[in-house]
Amino acid sequence: MFNVTKAELRKLRRPTLLISTILVVAALTALFTSIVFLRANSGQGNGQRGEIITPETLSSATGLIYGFKIVSFFLGITALCVFASQTAQEYSLGTLRNLLVRQPSRMKILAGKYLSMIIFAVALVVIDAIVAIAVSYFLAPHAKVTTSAWFTASALALLGKTFVNVLLGTIAFGTFGMILGLLFRSPISSIATGVIWSLILENILAGVVSSTQKWLPGQNFDNVAQGGSPTVSYHWSMGIAAAYLVLGFSIVAVLFKRRDVAN
Amino acid sequence: MTTAISVKDLTKIYGERSALSHATFEVPLGTVCGFVGPNGSGKTTTIRMLLGLITPSGGTGTVLGENITHPERYLPRVGAMIEGPAFYPALSGAENLRVLASLGGFPQERVASLLEKVGLADRGGSKYKTYSLGMKQRLGIAAALLPNPKLLVLDEPTNGLDPSGIQEIRNLIKDLASDGTSVFVSSHLLSELEQISEYLVMLREGEVLFSGRTQDLLAAQTATLIAKPEFTVDLSKLVEIATRHGHSASVEGGAVHIVGDADWGATLNRLAFNAGITLAELTATQPTLEETFFEMTGE
Repeated sequence: MFNVTKAELRKLRRPTLLISTILVVAALTALFTSIVFLRANSGQGNGQRGEIITPETLSSATGLIYGFKIVSFFLGITALCVFASQTAQEYSLGTLRNLLVRQPSRMKILAGKYLSMIIFAVALVVIDAIVAIAVSYFLAPHAKVTTSAWFTASALALLGKTFVNVLLGTIAFGTFGMILGLLFRSPISSIATGVIWSLILENILAGVVSSTQKWLPGQNFDNVAQGGSPTVSYHWSMGIAAAYLVLGFSIVAVLFKRRDVAN
Repeated sequence: MTTAISVKDLTKIYGERSALSHATFEVPLGTVCGFVGPNGSGKTTTIRMLLGLITPSGGTGTVLGENITHPERYLPRVGAMIEGPAFYPALSGAENLRVLASLGGFPQERVASLLEKVGLADRGGSKYKTYSLGMKQRLGIAAALLPNPKLLVLDEPTNGLDPSGIQEIRNLIKDLASDGTSVFVSSHLLSELEQISEYLVMLREGEVLFSGRTQDLLAAQTATLIAKPEFTVDLSKLVEIATRHGHSASVEGGAVHIVGDADWGATLNRLAFNAGITLAELTATQPTLEETFFEMTGE
């Protein structure tokens, strides 16, 4: 399995994919963190869904993580696209047959691929954290935010917890992308389906019928990344997300194991 | 273990269509075996089953002495290029090989020597998407050689190669065979296969038409005598003489083609002489693999 992971990391570290993804994540993180801080004194919404985050809130221990977790949804969508394309392209390029000749255990291929993409997701979240903290620290004086509470033990513990939650949310979205990639066997179809579902359909559904938020996969993945919300608890979202992913992954794993590789 | 590949009643059915039906053949160890058949005859399906990519609907088989139901036991000793090369376009040729070397746990040092071996040393750093068809084919062969294989399975390895490239691949296969590597190679270039294949498996519509030594197949075919009289007016007389003695004959391109062994050439010469015909040329030809293939497959 680790040989598969090593091989996959060679593909994931290619400059066109790695640098462009890092730049997109860094730019989005910098943009959204800047909005949180630069609009902190405007009295208007500067957080998710019009939430108002005041300089006083930003000066507390939680101030360090606002910029970090505000882009968690976009990190998830990025992971969805990367996981889906890296999986489905093996079919569209015809390279799956090469992989299976060199590693006949299909479950090892799947596990090795998944591990490599989790490593990629960790890198994305680390970049998100570094950029968000750096931009927050740089913009804090402009927003009249004091940073003394940011580096206390409780703030760092919160940072660690947020890191884990954002990572879990990102991996959940990525896993959803991998499931779609294995199901559709086409990068375009799997990415389009994943993005349209998560970014558009789920948000419309959740906006129109708020009770669906509790049940929609993407909403729960994001809620895990946010550490829970007043309407849907963290543990509920963890349970629902895990149920969706375990079921989905089990189905596609069986398909992957049994399906003839005829292309 | 005396066979590199052995299959018995190997069958693959897709829905109601039979892609391969009760195929039975053996490929001895250390030989080059040609695998021929028209498009859609089941060659690639057979190769995919041998490599564990698709599950047989019936029958049994072994590769390097191991059952094909456990490809993990023999694939580390098998190199393969199936249905043309397939690589990651955004990676260089060398990086593509490194991906496969990592995957199979092979030393990365092999990559440079294999690129050298297939004539891609100077383009190994270029992205795969910039490669010509011939270069892609060479990279595919390099990938197949990564495990230093005991059995090499090549599906149309000369596709897209120019004549010198085809000759290089032919020499490469010969070199590998002389080192004891078994090679199972499918190709539409039958003249190439005739030169390198000691054994042959021929398929048509999913069924094995022939499997055995190439020489045995060719020797079993009836030879043709080509007789060219001094004067073209004698062409029809020659046809009549041959037909009268039980040989089918026809006029093709200013000569008479007579189905018959080379031994009958002397008799024909004497009969023609007695009939007042002078033969300007008399040649006995054995059918080539290509002619035999067309004859057997009805293509």
